[in-house]
Amino acid sequence: MIEIENLTKTYTTKYGTVTGVDQVSLTVEEGEIFGIVGYSGAGKSSLIRCINLLERPTSGAVRVGGSDLTNLSGEQLRKARLKIGMIFQHFHLISQKTVYDNIAFALRAAGTPPKKIRERVDALLEMVGLADKRNVFPGQLSGGQKQRVGIARALANDPTVLLCDEATSALDPNTTLSILQLLKDINRKLNITIILITHEMNVVKEICDRMAVMQDGRVIEEGAVYDVFASPETELTREFISSVVSFDVPEPVLASVSGTLIRVLFRGNAAGEGIISDMLQHYGVKGNFLHGAIEYIQEKPLGIFVMELAGQPAEVTDALRYLENRQATVEVMKYGR
Amino acid sequence: MGVEWGRIVELWPDIQQAFFETLIMISISFGVAFLVGLPLGILLFATERGLFWENRFAKSVLGFIANMIRSIPFIILLVALIPLTNLIVGTTIGPYAASVSLSVAAIPFFARLVETSFREIDKGIIEAATAVGATPMMIIKDVLLPEAKPSLIQGITLTLISLIAYSAMAGVVGGGGIGDLAIRFGYYRYDNTIMIVTVLILIVLVQVIQQAGDWTSKIIDKR
Ligand SMILES: Nc1ncnc2c1ncn2[C@@H]1O[C@H](COP(=O)(O)OP(=O)(O)OP(=O)(O)O)[C@@H](O)[C@H]1O
Ligand SMILES: [Mg+2]
Repeated sequence: MIEIENLTKTYTTKYGTVTGVDQVSLTVEEGEIFGIVGYSGAGKSSLIRCINLLERPTSGAVRVGGSDLTNLSGEQLRKARLKIGMIFQHFHLISQKTVYDNIAFALRAAGTPPKKIRERVDALLEMVGLADKRNVFPGQLSGGQKQRVGIARALANDPTVLLCDEATSALDPNTTLSILQLLKDINRKLNITIILITHEMNVVKEICDRMAVMQDGRVIEEGAVYDVFASPETELTREFISSVVSFDVPEPVLASVSGTLIRVLFRGNAAGEGIISDMLQHYGVKGNFLHGAIEYIQEKPLGIFVMELAGQPAEVTDALRYLENRQATVEVMKYGR
Repeated sequence: MGVEWGRIVELWPDIQQAFFETLIMISISFGVAFLVGLPLGILLFATERGLFWENRFAKSVLGFIANMIRSIPFIILLVALIPLTNLIVGTTIGPYAASVSLSVAAIPFFARLVETSFREIDKGIIEAATAVGATPMMIIKDVLLPEAKPSLIQGITLTLISLIAYSAMAGVVGGGGIGDLAIRFGYYRYDNTIMIVTVLILIVLVQVIQQAGDWTSKIIDKR
């Protein structure tokens, strides 16, 4: 659906050239929700803005639904944009126009006949749950409501793609969840491909199918959200994950542990606790749980346990091998004394 | 120095006439400034880097012309434009003649104010409109103008008030109007009464326009 190939974006400023995006290649499949995370300045906005050419790539190609947008003329590009919705962190609604007119604006851009516009705006308002705010000005809406108007405007012309630039970053946690839920519904019902950039990992965990992590303009890690959570490959990704799923054991506790400290990960439906108790029964080791949680990512459970194993070194080794045989991922954090 | 009521009554027809002439000068020159200056302001803004009509050449040429006219002292412009005035109006005295130089001066003045008003708009709003696939004309009509409206009204107010000041200067070359009256009677003939009356009229006019502008700008702002 969206193919980004060797995309580079550099900015020329008074102080020299700044690289926003550095040789990024990504493919986003039709109908998926793709999350891009990274810290401030990582190049997320630059990348997403190159997709609808709000920012013209310095080099590389961006194909949406097969056609390379960088080759389009002004008017062709404008037409192509009708099919690529976008929502923003600060909503960017026309403050002097009503909710109705803000959405109608998008439809008029597509040359929709006036009679159709009314029907369509009302249907969109219904969909985002703002039917009662039809004739209100954006200044009278809450952040979440403004973003709903933004979403209605972005979806007005039945786009195939929805780009979300930090769409929930200005919202409180509850409102964030309700907007994410709305995005998920839209994705499922209308089969719209969504690219979402954020610096909040819980947003990704909540609704994304696949994800990429960006740092210094590059994509440093990419994969299914579940896999990335289960086995992050880079330090940065691990850092992001730990903001949502914390397996950190406080330093004093760590110091007081004398046995072997392990982190065990069970993917999917493997019944983690059952397997651990089997292990404790079969081998001469004592187990002491320091941390345990089952996270649901994409509705699939991911069991994570941090425990101390005490016993003869040989027994501990056997116990660990047993866990691995039962499909667990075991990481020894610290060997026993 | 005192106000002689008799003088006011005596010269009342002249005062009325002068007031009327001032209104003519301001209306014509503001009308022209609005009709030409607004599109010019839009062009000055939209030819900027990163905007829909980005064009460095057009931007610098328009900007240069606007700056040039604005840097000429009005009194010199008034004299320099005498041939043009003669060509357009057929005479170089009276309020219609004065309106030519006033218009020329007011066009770039208003255009720059328009440009500044647009610049105050959050770039993100224009960007969102671009992302939605809006045409440049739609962006002008449905984003720039509505978003800048409160600020544009302030710009109109400022232009009108400046025109009142300039129109008083037009009296020097026989433009007519309140300023002309002030100069003819008050300045040349040391007629304090007329001097005070005309100044009072100008003060009231400026106050009324400023108040009306502030009020309108506030009323129409939906933020
Ligand atoms: N218009 C611009 N002009 C110059 N440099 C820019 C411009 N836009 C972005 N950059 C630079 O490009 C780099 C990437 O910025 P970008 O906005 O894409 O980061 P981001 O990941 O979206 O960050 P944030 O989370 O703060 O929004 C930064 O170093 C930034 O300074
Ligand atoms: Mg950003």
